[in-house]
Amino acid sequence: MGSSDSDDLFEVIGPDGSADPALDPGLPQGTLLAMLRAMRRIRAIDARMMMLQRQGRVSFYGECRGQEATPVAFAFATELTDWIFPALREGAIMLVRGFGLDSYLAQVYGNDLDELRGRQMPSHYASRSVAQVSWSSCIGTQVPHAVGAAWAAKLRGDRTVTVGFMGDGATSEADFHVAMNFAAVYRAPCVLCCQNNHWSISVPSDRQTASSTFAKKAVAYGMPGIRVNGNDVLALFRVASEAVERARSGGGPTFIEAFTYRMGAHSSSDDPSRYRDQRDVDEWARRDPVAVFERYLTAKGLWDAERGAALGAELDAEVLEAVRRVESHGPPAVLTMFDDVYAERPWHLEEQRQQIQNEDQRGEDG
Amino acid sequence: MAVMNIIQAVNDALRLEMRRDPSVLVMGEDVGKFGGVFRATVGLYDEFGPDRSIDTPLSEGGIIGTAIGMATYGLRPVAEIQFADYIFPAFDQIVNELAKLRYRSGGQYTAPMVIRAPCGGGIRGGHYHSQSPEAYFIHTAGLKVVMPSSPADAKGLLISSIRDPDPVVFFEPKRVYRGRPVEGRITPWDQDVPEGEHTVPLGEAALLREGRHVTLATYGAMVHESVEAARLVAKEGLEVEVIDLRTLWPVDVEALVGSVKKTGRFVVVHEAPRTCGFAAELVTLVSEKAFLHLEAPPARVTGWDTPFPCTLENDYMPMTPRIVDALRRTARF
Repeated sequence: MGSSDSDDLFEVIGPDGSADPALDPGLPQGTLLAMLRAMRRIRAIDARMMMLQRQGRVSFYGECRGQEATPVAFAFATELTDWIFPALREGAIMLVRGFGLDSYLAQVYGNDLDELRGRQMPSHYASRSVAQVSWSSCIGTQVPHAVGAAWAAKLRGDRTVTVGFMGDGATSEADFHVAMNFAAVYRAPCVLCCQNNHWSISVPSDRQTASSTFAKKAVAYGMPGIRVNGNDVLALFRVASEAVERARSGGGPTFIEAFTYRMGAHSSSDDPSRYRDQRDVDEWARRDPVAVFERYLTAKGLWDAERGAALGAELDAEVLEAVRRVESHGPPAVLTMFDDVYAERPWHLEEQRQQIQNEDQRGEDG
Repeated sequence: MAVMNIIQAVNDALRLEMRRDPSVLVMGEDVGKFGGVFRATVGLYDEFGPDRSIDTPLSEGGIIGTAIGMATYGLRPVAEIQFADYIFPAFDQIVNELAKLRYRSGGQYTAPMVIRAPCGGGIRGGHYHSQSPEAYFIHTAGLKVVMPSSPADAKGLLISSIRDPDPVVFFEPKRVYRGRPVEGRITPWDQDVPEGEHTVPLGEAALLREGRHVTLATYGAMVHESVEAARLVAKEGLEVEVIDLRTLWPVDVEALVGSVKKTGRFVVVHEAPRTCGFAAELVTLVSEKAFLHLEAPPARVTGWDTPFPCTLENDYMPMTPRIVDALRRTARF
């Protein structure tokens, strides 16, 4: 596989849940079930967070619904020493790589449990403990960082691989071009993955490019471009594993287009009914990555409706309990606002920190 | 001690730091084999090879974007932007990524790196080889901004910048790269530069000339115009205290305020345009912290609020006669 024709779509699981034995990565049962659990867990978190956003308890949320296969496949295809540079819909990779749920949800709330100290909007997950680098909201800017970090690892002789994610809209940004170009010129050990979910807020992917696929853009930069069914976790796992291995063994970067669909809104602030046809959404719902994978596991005799319902109940309870614990935390202390601007606080930040402290005291006196 | 010009001092600093710390590397357009269009990285390719003296594709955004990734991973890149005028394709990477990485990650990730960029006019370079964009970066929380005016400071400040835990934008005044203006002509540097280890701490201004009548704060190439202006007005009995800021941000506020409290009069000189230029911030700081000591309105002697002209550049930049005039007006007010 890894077809030279980047218009082809690589798939493992068929619509009925069957898999071509020649393409099936043959993962052990435990791994398969862990992958399903990870996908369902992300979905359970998203559902709860969207509900809490509607209740006004969470300020903003960007859900991953319909695109869970990509973060889960990459989490399983990478080692913990590999670095992840997520975009909006891959933040949950770090959950799959072992980051705690309470600390993860604290990054949604930005409270005093949040190790990002409330500095980021929700859905901008990061932690050094799992080598996941902090993302800005500016589109595509993290892709050159993923390339630079991979390049640095190569210069140092480390075996680290980096993975940089983006959406289809990001391929229109200058940073996409420079990242692809630098990655290929220096053969940086990285995997750059574009989740083509067909929408950049309200603009469809055919307004981002006139190319027949995003994957074929890689060809001009001088690296493999692979187009994979983004709703097929086994196909993604195979493609991601091969790309990571190619990077690790000195074979240079790979560009992967994960062909998928954004089932939800862009974010909690968006209303997609204003710009897209519900029939398209319904059509893609039949290809839901969780349902497809469950059909595969059912066909293998590893899954059934009863186990599905039990897992759902277990995950809902886990998330609800975590939310309860996380919501008991308050905002970070005001004075922490002046930390981490520089390694040490310069005079002007000391001065401003003192000023806000004086204002607080006046408020209390008054 | 050795006599060096600023280019040689920058080169010396880079070479010493690359020898000291294997994680330091230089990268940029033409910096490798060729040694840089101003020759600042000459010889580094031969000594350290193509992996540490890196010729990059022609892409300022790519240079800075990938350097941020390198620095985040643990290297110490010194990225050259060939002319400060070309820094804007990388502006988003510098302002939104580099400057905010430590903050947005709660201190977990940082990208300590240096961006070197020749700046300023005086070489007949027109709009796009002459600008002084320091104010944009001073305005951005999370960046340090440095501009030396002499070879010894260029070396000492660059070494400190490379070792600094925060990202530093290091502007080099190209007009005085190879000499300083004396009586209207650029003459070779005669300043001794310490050989080997030499650091100048960030955040400390240099007092170039003591005086009791007017405080003049400046930096970069305009230091030399200002020193000359101070020498000229001294003949009239006007004693000007000249402060070379060296580090623009965080600025040495104590040096400024202390001096203005002594003189009661304040003039700022810089090449960059006036409106929202760094002088505006310096005048405000002095007004806030030494208002009752002021005996005259603070004066700004700056580039005009026009794009940088080519033929008329010496009328655009605040050269000695304009500085002399401002000093006299401020002293007589």
